[in-house]
Amino acid sequence: MKNRIELCFENLEKQGKKALITFVTAGDPDLDTTEKVVIEMLENGADIVEIGVPFSDPIAEGPTIQKASLRSLKNGTTLDKIFECVEKIRMKTDKPLVLMMYLNTIFRYGTEKFFALCKQKGIDGVIVPDMPFEERDEILEYAENNGIFNINLVAPTSHDRIKMIARESKGFLYCVSSTGVTGTRKEFKTDFDEFFGTIKKYAVCPYCVGFGISGPEQAKKMSAYCSGVIVGSAIVSIVEEYGADSPLKAGKFVKTLRDAMDC
Amino acid sequence: MGKIGRYGEYGGQYVPETVMNAVHEVEDAYNKYKNDPEFKAELADLYVNYAGRPSLLYYAEKMTKDLDGAKVYIKREDLNHTGSHKINNVLGQLLLAKRMGKKRIIAETGAGQHGVATATVCALMGLECEVYMGAEDMKRQSLNVYRMNLLGAKVTGVSSGTSTLKDAINEAMRDWCSNIETTYYCIGSVMGPHPYPEMVRDFQKVISEEIKKQILETEGRLPDAVVACVGGGSNAIGAFYNFIEDKDVRLIGAEAAGKGIDTTLHAATMAKGSLGIFHGMKSLFLQNDYGQIDEVFSISAGLDYPGVGPEHAYLRSIGRAEYVSITDEEAVCAFEYLSKTEGIIPAIESSHAVAAAMKIIPEMDKDKIVVINLSGRGDKDVYSIAKYRGVDINEE
Repeated sequence: MKNRIELCFENLEKQGKKALITFVTAGDPDLDTTEKVVIEMLENGADIVEIGVPFSDPIAEGPTIQKASLRSLKNGTTLDKIFECVEKIRMKTDKPLVLMMYLNTIFRYGTEKFFALCKQKGIDGVIVPDMPFEERDEILEYAENNGIFNINLVAPTSHDRIKMIARESKGFLYCVSSTGVTGTRKEFKTDFDEFFGTIKKYAVCPYCVGFGISGPEQAKKMSAYCSGVIVGSAIVSIVEEYGADSPLKAGKFVKTLRDAMDC
Repeated sequence: MGKIGRYGEYGGQYVPETVMNAVHEVEDAYNKYKNDPEFKAELADLYVNYAGRPSLLYYAEKMTKDLDGAKVYIKREDLNHTGSHKINNVLGQLLLAKRMGKKRIIAETGAGQHGVATATVCALMGLECEVYMGAEDMKRQSLNVYRMNLLGAKVTGVSSGTSTLKDAINEAMRDWCSNIETTYYCIGSVMGPHPYPEMVRDFQKVISEEIKKQILETEGRLPDAVVACVGGGSNAIGAFYNFIEDKDVRLIGAEAAGKGIDTTLHAATMAKGSLGIFHGMKSLFLQNDYGQIDEVFSISAGLDYPGVGPEHAYLRSIGRAEYVSITDEEAVCAFEYLSKTEGIIPAIESSHAVAAAMKIIPEMDKDKIVVINLSGRGDKDVYSIAKYRGVDINEE
């Protein structure tokens, strides 16, 4: 069976559309809200949703997602409960679902058990921001045995590493827009022509850009460079502000992104 | 040791892609300069003429008589410039950073000793310095905060998480991710991604080189035990390293048991930790079943860390080094004991080693020798010890 991420990009290509990938921290403020936010985002034009597994020490995250992780953990969110939530979401959608999480939360849970559950509950890929390419053996065998994609990341500081990483990527390649941590940015300093020029040369799968994309204009602009955009902190901020009332707000926001990218 | 940067299954290089090239850059520079005669000579000169090495190996005669067991020697790392062993590592790393052309240095600090050492050497070498320190630790160690300011460093408080050492490291890593081209991250212990555990150990192993030479000169033989405190483990690995092949020398690390390892208020990674991947390395960590890192507790800001360096985890796994847990109360008693007995006020971190040694010394024969690595001086801790004892020394 083909991975849903592959199918998703094949369909988008046929339609001549760019992928809109959105993120939400699981369990912020509770998992019922997370379930509703994910569904609203998918119904309003998101193609793939990244579900963030909260970690006590998220070193790649800016303040917005740090705070969301803390709120979620304080409410007692665990990986087991997140899998239950994923199961419910999967009953309502066929779109790809990806977990974004730190390596220790996989490792400590039991890598083999974790990926077996991913397959069983309907997860299609994982993004592990603190696992560089060289340490991928920690998870790769288990991920592949269960048909789960390990989504690789490249950064503007990757330079000569892009070739090695891009060539072995599956699903999509996560291109980090700028140095630093997650969070919205007013402007980018990266030379995108050069960065995406190198990526394009070596990519064997679609590549999408994330980190710092805050609204419709940026989403439209950045999508021109690649196969899609990833929006995270901007949505987490909406959840922070509106709590249990955030699903409809998040859906509306995602629609503005979709509309901007499609016009 | 198998793969590069691995100590058995421990170690590795688990950092975000954004910093991978920077980590490789440090690794390449270290490999290039570690055997370079000019680099080595410059560092050796700084050790002698700036840090004040070699540090004394002091025979603690009164303590020996009082404990009525093994002979006690104290390695006086507290007498180094800046008052702890941390200067050994910082001089090495910042010489390297200068050769790499880096202008801005960042560091994390717990007790403030590594922060002070980094601020000091940055002043000496004309480098910009920013030190990340947990907001809680800034309160506990306000003297060191002011000291760093005096030295021209910017101290940035971190109030995420538990506002202690672990959170300061998180924030320093985030800074490094953001300022990768200009900035060198000077890690203060034998932790983090390769090459840091190896490089920091190499800069600290001067401690055991000296102990070996000094004890052979005075006693004509090797010690029976070397005792050091362990947070991340840099002074301990420095004190152990040149004795690892000498199998008859017991290597004993003392970690912080806080209120006791059967409570939730401790930082005893060796006693209570489990295998995990965090802060760039695979090692032992205090964590829950879901891999969330525990909040830890110790009176000592320098030992208040939920992990331990990978080489220590390895030395314990092969049975070469042993690790004991010392409570706050035991450490404070040892702090007071050494002050009164020898006229040496030890850092509260080092007091954990003193306490561990005091447990074994009376059980040993009089012809045995124990070396305690006194990693730092205790001036910085006087306020918190007074507070612990219920004495108010606040000036009006």
